[in-house]
Amino acid sequence: MDKNKIIGDGVVTGHGTINGRRVFTFSQDFTAFGGSLSKMHAQKICKIMDKAMLVGAPVIGLNDSGGARIQEGVDSLAGYADIFQRNVLSSGVVPQLSLIMGPCAGGAVYSPALTDFTFMVRDTSYLFVTGPEVVKAVCNEDVTQEELGGANTHTVISGVAHAAFENDIEAIQRIRDFMDFLPLSNREQAPTRYSDDPIDREDPSLNHIIPVDSTKAYDMREIITRLIDDGHFFEIMPDYAKNIVVGFARMGGKTVSIVGNQPLVSSGVLDINSSVKAARFVRFCDAFNIPIITLVDVPGFLPGTAQEHNGIIRHGAKLLYAYAEATVPKITIITRKAYGGAYDVMSSKHLRGDMNYSWPTGEIAVMGAKGAVEIIFRHVEDRTQSEHEYIDKFANPIPAAQRGYIDDIILPAATRKRIIEDLFVLSHKQLPLIYKKHDNCPL
Amino acid sequence: MNSQLNALKCIGSRLLYYKSFLNRKSATSCLTLCVPFRKSQSSFVSSYSGIISNIPLVKNDKTFDKILIANRGEIAVRVIKTAKKMGIKTVAIYSDADARSSHVILADEAVRVGPPPSDQSYLSIPAILNAIKETGAQAVHPGYGFLSENSHFVKSLDEAGVVFIGPGEKAMADLGDKIRSKIIAKNSGVNTIPGFDGVVKNTDHALEISRSIGYPVMLKASAGGGGKGMRIAWNDQKVIEGFKLASQESKSSFGDDRLLIEKYIDNPRHIEIQILADNFGNAVYLPERECSIQRRNQKVIEEAPSVHLDTSTRKAMGEQAISLVKHVGYVSAGTVEFLVDSKRNFYFLEMNTRLQVEHPITEYITGLDLVEQMIRVAANQKLFMKQEDIKYKGWAIESRVYAEDPEKYLPSIGRLSKYIEPVSLTDKHEVRCDSGIVEGSEISIYYDPLICKLSTYGETRDEAIQTMGRALDSYVIKGVTHNIPLLREVIGSSRFKSGNISTKFLAEEYPEGFKGHILKNDSLFELASIAALVHAKRDVRNWCWKDGNESFSNRNVPNNWNLWVKIHNNNSKIETVNVHVERRSTTLQHKDEYQVIVESHPPTIVNAQWPLESPLINAQLLVPNQSKRSVTVQYLDPLPVGFRLQYMGTKFDITVHNKRQHELSQFMIEKPKKDLSKVIISPMPGSVISVAVNVGDIVNEGVEVAVVEAMKMQNILRASRVGKVKKINVKPGSSVAAEEVLIEFEDEEQK
Repeated sequence: MDKNKIIGDGVVTGHGTINGRRVFTFSQDFTAFGGSLSKMHAQKICKIMDKAMLVGAPVIGLNDSGGARIQEGVDSLAGYADIFQRNVLSSGVVPQLSLIMGPCAGGAVYSPALTDFTFMVRDTSYLFVTGPEVVKAVCNEDVTQEELGGANTHTVISGVAHAAFENDIEAIQRIRDFMDFLPLSNREQAPTRYSDDPIDREDPSLNHIIPVDSTKAYDMREIITRLIDDGHFFEIMPDYAKNIVVGFARMGGKTVSIVGNQPLVSSGVLDINSSVKAARFVRFCDAFNIPIITLVDVPGFLPGTAQEHNGIIRHGAKLLYAYAEATVPKITIITRKAYGGAYDVMSSKHLRGDMNYSWPTGEIAVMGAKGAVEIIFRHVEDRTQSEHEYIDKFANPIPAAQRGYIDDIILPAATRKRIIEDLFVLSHKQLPLIYKKHDNCPL
Repeated sequence: MNSQLNALKCIGSRLLYYKSFLNRKSATSCLTLCVPFRKSQSSFVSSYSGIISNIPLVKNDKTFDKILIANRGEIAVRVIKTAKKMGIKTVAIYSDADARSSHVILADEAVRVGPPPSDQSYLSIPAILNAIKETGAQAVHPGYGFLSENSHFVKSLDEAGVVFIGPGEKAMADLGDKIRSKIIAKNSGVNTIPGFDGVVKNTDHALEISRSIGYPVMLKASAGGGGKGMRIAWNDQKVIEGFKLASQESKSSFGDDRLLIEKYIDNPRHIEIQILADNFGNAVYLPERECSIQRRNQKVIEEAPSVHLDTSTRKAMGEQAISLVKHVGYVSAGTVEFLVDSKRNFYFLEMNTRLQVEHPITEYITGLDLVEQMIRVAANQKLFMKQEDIKYKGWAIESRVYAEDPEKYLPSIGRLSKYIEPVSLTDKHEVRCDSGIVEGSEISIYYDPLICKLSTYGETRDEAIQTMGRALDSYVIKGVTHNIPLLREVIGSSRFKSGNISTKFLAEEYPEGFKGHILKNDSLFELASIAALVHAKRDVRNWCWKDGNESFSNRNVPNNWNLWVKIHNNNSKIETVNVHVERRSTTLQHKDEYQVIVESHPPTIVNAQWPLESPLINAQLLVPNQSKRSVTVQYLDPLPVGFRLQYMGTKFDITVHNKRQHELSQFMIEKPKKDLSKVIISPMPGSVISVAVNVGDIVNEGVEVAVVEAMKMQNILRASRVGKVKKINVKPGSSVAAEEVLIEFEDEEQK
């Protein structure tokens, strides 16, 4: 078999355009040695990755590889490492996308993991370090390919993949749509595409979207789709850590990123998974000059042994770190709750937020009224009166506005207009960076 | 200096506004809640003023200072509009579910009357009496439904010295009873359905009865329900046959030999007469309304006048209605309902002692404001017109737009995520929308799922129908399932256009239930052409990038497409149409003209006014040497590879493939059945507030099954698929851990 040669060696590489914009791409061919990675296969991929770096254009990988070509031995492993090294060097320079279109195992899974976004095709693509046979032999676990590393597993449970699509045609079409949001490299600004959605469109229905009862949930995604151009929201990880919503959109034609707490799911609380999900997203946007719009309705960090034992402190710190580090335009709207440390984390003024607004329904405080009163008036029997006083004094955006921690209390209907205006103002924002070899983000 | 002052004013008003938000929890003080809203949103309030404001007042004089409207939704809004026109202050009442509703915002004052369920709010007489006392309202308009036909309510208002804008207590009670009202009608000389119910001795007896009733007659066993065993006889011969069979059947099936012989009303049409009467014995009748298009005895489409009536019938019906009204001393507006057969024989059905839902169409053709008339009569004024003054002009049609699935007739609830009424369709006020909602409003489980009464007017019936078709096409409603597909289908049907309708219309036209518009050759071509145009326009847009900071470039924009448009038709087939599209002009976006070529159709020029991604597409199709055709299509949602359009009222999922995608699509693997979760788990530690299902219940996807409160927040858990509840592991009050299984479903049945 090692004498057997296939023209092209199981991978097609090249470049082209998506709606007129340059991209580089490679596509592995499962019909040639199971798409396994040989030295030459790796070299072909490295060649376009180098070229993409040189000209500043994204790399899209269509992955369909069974892993290393065993017959080639260490050459194949070296090939993998060459790709990994280039993935890392390109990281933050040009966007890198992986679309998993078939079974990918072993070394083949780590290159996608190093890229910025990993997408999968439902029912036909798998990602795992070791396949079901090995799992059976080593752990004596019976598991199917789908359960072990199917699109559902990685988009819902593990968070390895960022979205899944129904079939190959849909996946490729959606990747094209997705690429339209991204700049070609970190040297470019976020792109602006033509839109007919008026920049001064007001939306009166936003004035009523926050329920009268402040313990009732509402859908943050509805607010997002009402604010952005044409309601087109490309959500990243829609099925994983659903208590935070992240994704790309356009405002005034220009790409923006949106991060929003989702009150519909677990009250929009920050936990380990949602912190990590949002942190990685914020860092990507910062690297590629995409302004970040944060919609805050957060009751705090999730308490409990499960979270503490698994390190909510260090994982929560990732989101804090990512927001504090980001130098792109940062616009924040507090729609309702902004409690405790989570208030600080969610792109607050104190983390160099450029424009911080609150809707009149905002509640900015150390904690909710009931909990706070129970601590402060621990020895008092009847605390209802104190609770009302607390609500009047703290459960509103006035104290924060008086101190300048928020820039304005705005009418929800006018939010879109305000954000777009600010994006214009901030389009030439420059924040000098202090020299460092690189940062030490809590991983 | 000046600018500083302005800034200060700005902040001041914002604080006022902001305070109103803070008060949102204390629902009793609605005044503070609604005043700033009115200020800040004057633009959307003004959009309410439709045709009512155009109907001139009869005279400008004083009636009442302040009235209370004991209703909600569109009818409350409608009454408020007339009251405002007459210079009367208005008081709205609202339940907690309606605290931010349109009628509350429009009224001068608003009083909370209770929690959402109507028996504790809109039907609570003590709460309403309190509201009257609190606000000092002098009169009450009941609208329709709720307390409008409750004579106890009228009595308690009388006792409190408050005027009821409607009939007197006694007339209401007399006519409100179905059996009593029939007797009264008969005594007033109104035609009632003649019939005989009892033992029919022999054939001769049967013939005698039948002849006295007049043909056609219907024979059936008294004990048999509904239309079972019903025999229709048009002559003596048929009566003899029918009598034998019916009496045999009656004995054998029910052991009861009583028979019912009743006048058979073939092709019954529901036609009603609007009347107005004052306290001085004056009464007039207005032109009729036909409400034959019904489903399950609920009116769906109404029109005024009726194609079926001639002048003499109209006069006869009107005069009988007046004699009934005078007989019982009825005052205010009321409606006498009749069934009319194909020979224009008419029979009394019942009398509605209130303003009817469908009154706008009468207002359209008579130019009268019926609410104004009611208020004047209540203020003890004389009717200003006599019967000979009543004139009418043109034709009006009303469609009741409901939040309900037109295929299963199930109500739908939810938030209106997009809502645009077609009021500006023409500039001649030919479209009227009576609604009590705006974009963002909630259609709740507590009340009637009526979204809007959409009325259109035309010089002729054809014109009114045509305007209605366009209005339905342009009516954007997203967020709830609605019945526009059915309304559009009826309005567009040739049978409706011919006027040959009856109360059996829907059952006859859709014997297997309504399934949505089914595309045929021409309509398929039309929709495919527009879909191709939409695709092309979006594709052109995808190439328009901003160059530097200056302008959008459209370099290398494609100008021809070879597309495969795949439309999911309602006969569960996917129709594939190959469309060649060519962009003809080079200007950007809006003014582009496209030529589409589809096999076996002549090349067609298509262009459209469509701000990209907006809901309404007004397209023109032009086949050379033919006249231009205008089509309104709605762009509902983008899909991964295509989009969803609404055409002829019905939604269509459309996939658009280019040549390569089309070639490859045959290799796409057929999807295996989805493995849907069989359990509902708690998303986080908390306590169960409520469980909405029981073991054995069959629930639909998206239905609420339980509520878990955690961190002082309520999370609604919903079924992720259709299924039967197998086991419930928790009850309200129990605390649950994260990932704990709350409810289990039975395995899905293998098909």
